[in-house]
Amino acid sequence: MAIFVDENTKVIVQGLTGGQGRFHGLRNRDYGTKIVGGVTPGKGGEDVEGIPIFNSVKEAVAATGATASFIVVPPKFAPGAIIEAAEGGITFIVCITEGIPAHDEAITYNRLVEEFPHVRLLGPNCPGIISPGKCNIGITAGDIALPGGPVGIVSRSGTLTYQALHELSQQGIGQTTCVGIGGDPVPGTNFIDCLAAFEADPETKAVMMIGEIGGSEEERAAEWIKANMTKPVVSYIAGVTAPAGRKMGHAGAIISGSKGTAQAKMDALAAAGVHVCLNPTEAGEKMVEIVRGL
Amino acid sequence: MDLFEYQGKQYFSRFGIAVSPGDIADTVDEAVAVAERVGYPVVIKAQVKVGGRGKAGGVKLANNVDEVRLHAGNILGLDIKGHVVRRVWVERSSDITKEYYASFTLDRPNKSHLGMLSAQGGVEIEVVAEENPDAISFLSIDPVRGLDLATARKWVDEAQLDEVAQEQAAELLVKLYECYTKGDCDLAEINPLILTPDNKVHALDAKVTLDENASFRHPEWEEFRATETEDPREKMAKEKGLNYIGLDGTVGIIANGAGLAMSTLDVVNQVGGTAANFLDIGGGANADVMASALEVINADPKVKAIFVNIFGGITRVDEVAKGVLEALKRVSISSPIVLRLDGTNAVEGRAILAPHVSDTLITEPTMLDAARRAVELANS
Repeated sequence: MAIFVDENTKVIVQGLTGGQGRFHGLRNRDYGTKIVGGVTPGKGGEDVEGIPIFNSVKEAVAATGATASFIVVPPKFAPGAIIEAAEGGITFIVCITEGIPAHDEAITYNRLVEEFPHVRLLGPNCPGIISPGKCNIGITAGDIALPGGPVGIVSRSGTLTYQALHELSQQGIGQTTCVGIGGDPVPGTNFIDCLAAFEADPETKAVMMIGEIGGSEEERAAEWIKANMTKPVVSYIAGVTAPAGRKMGHAGAIISGSKGTAQAKMDALAAAGVHVCLNPTEAGEKMVEIVRGL
Repeated sequence: MDLFEYQGKQYFSRFGIAVSPGDIADTVDEAVAVAERVGYPVVIKAQVKVGGRGKAGGVKLANNVDEVRLHAGNILGLDIKGHVVRRVWVERSSDITKEYYASFTLDRPNKSHLGMLSAQGGVEIEVVAEENPDAISFLSIDPVRGLDLATARKWVDEAQLDEVAQEQAAELLVKLYECYTKGDCDLAEINPLILTPDNKVHALDAKVTLDENASFRHPEWEEFRATETEDPREKMAKEKGLNYIGLDGTVGIIANGAGLAMSTLDVVNQVGGTAANFLDIGGGANADVMASALEVINADPKVKAIFVNIFGGITRVDEVAKGVLEALKRVSISSPIVLRLDGTNAVEGRAILAPHVSDTLITEPTMLDAARRAVELANS
């Protein structure tokens, strides 16, 4: 089984008529994802390589029965697009948009929680989600993932996610689902949401967790793992050598004072029984060892 | 983006927050002119984006024109923890009855805003938090609902601010929250927020960090950007549209993706080296981007070896390899380059590079091997 999305998930793309939306949306369809429609206000009735375009999410959902949306619109419009998706009946939203102001993100997150508690938002500023062989929503290169499990991956970083997928696939070890939660300060879906879903998924036997400096989500995940997780977890945290006070690429990756350091996160995870590795290669090797021993 | 104190005060003023009358000065004569205008005594404050300026001699009281000349002359050009003072803020000195602390920032774990208020201001809030945590009153604010005056009134009472200060402080906190949200701040902090003998409450300092993601709706931030004193390497990188942070080591780093770039720094460190920079070239590692990246790294005299760490996803490794070769035709690089190219079409990519491999263009199959080789070259 996969978590959050599978071969039956019907997906619309908000922003399919834009350059990025078209590129990734069509790639996702080529992978086998059920991309059933696109949404661009004012372009209803047109199509992108056979995919019908609708004026609103509501119309698209009514016509296609989609439950998931892939949002590829500029930062200025992304918060509005997220709320429109929730209002239109979408229950799983993937937003890859980078550069949304933190205050807009905070308001959008809290509106979703209060007004649409059944809706899950993945991102913003994330690579998306792939359940190999079943569904790929986002910018992940599908061919580096291997179907069949038994490893679940959850990560805050894009390229490190690819690196993790690659290390496992090269060794013949597949993945159930790989979730990129993104590098922004207010992510819609966090580590714990994914760990809980992997814990509940019978096909996932072990989890790879990739974190980075900034915030305290990894520490919270460590507490959750200690109390609830029965499956082995391998982790890697990027940014041991990152200087304090500088944003390392992602808006959320910043050490403020003594808070958010990689060392504190690694210590918390190690104390929770997680296999903490010092680089992505070591994490891949450790996971191979664990899976072979299952 | 961090603002200078004077910019923070100007930003506060736009939202109606009271600050002391004053102005900036870049020369001793300008400082004198400001002092004559606002009236003595004045405080002369070094404008640097680093803490501890008071202890370093960067804040002085002046009672007359001679003292202004003396202190402004000493402070301008002063080196405070590597930051040379180019500008001072001269303001009318305030008599202080009480010093408070107030700030708003994002509470990431709770996805809400966090207000902090204390009747013990004027000292570092981290010290108060450690020694006397009960002296800080925390307020969690729902970003959708915001902060109203009734809540602010309760808050100032809970924080035990002096009664004569409470109503003014509550009004000021609502304005500060507005500055924080409408002004798109990551942090808006006043320390100290003072009560004067004539029972007035106003901001004596300003610490503001702006969220650069919100630049698109703040054209007025352009003036703040103009005064940013940048590392020349970072300035060059920014002009070329690269995500670069200068560091002090000898191994130049180029990677695609912020996480991979951070991880590359870590691995270089693990094998005994030091990174000269963080540089994320993003998804499209074409010849133009690669040439710009190599140029920026090459301009750093400390760099002794360059480590290019690329994981091809949608951008295929063969395209990256062609980009590297094309870039090397355009720019002449003085340090040896170690390449680790993996991911989609890695075999094809390595084949393209194979005929060009030399003592100064080396390929390694894994991130760890490449890091070792680059560090070895940098240390030799």
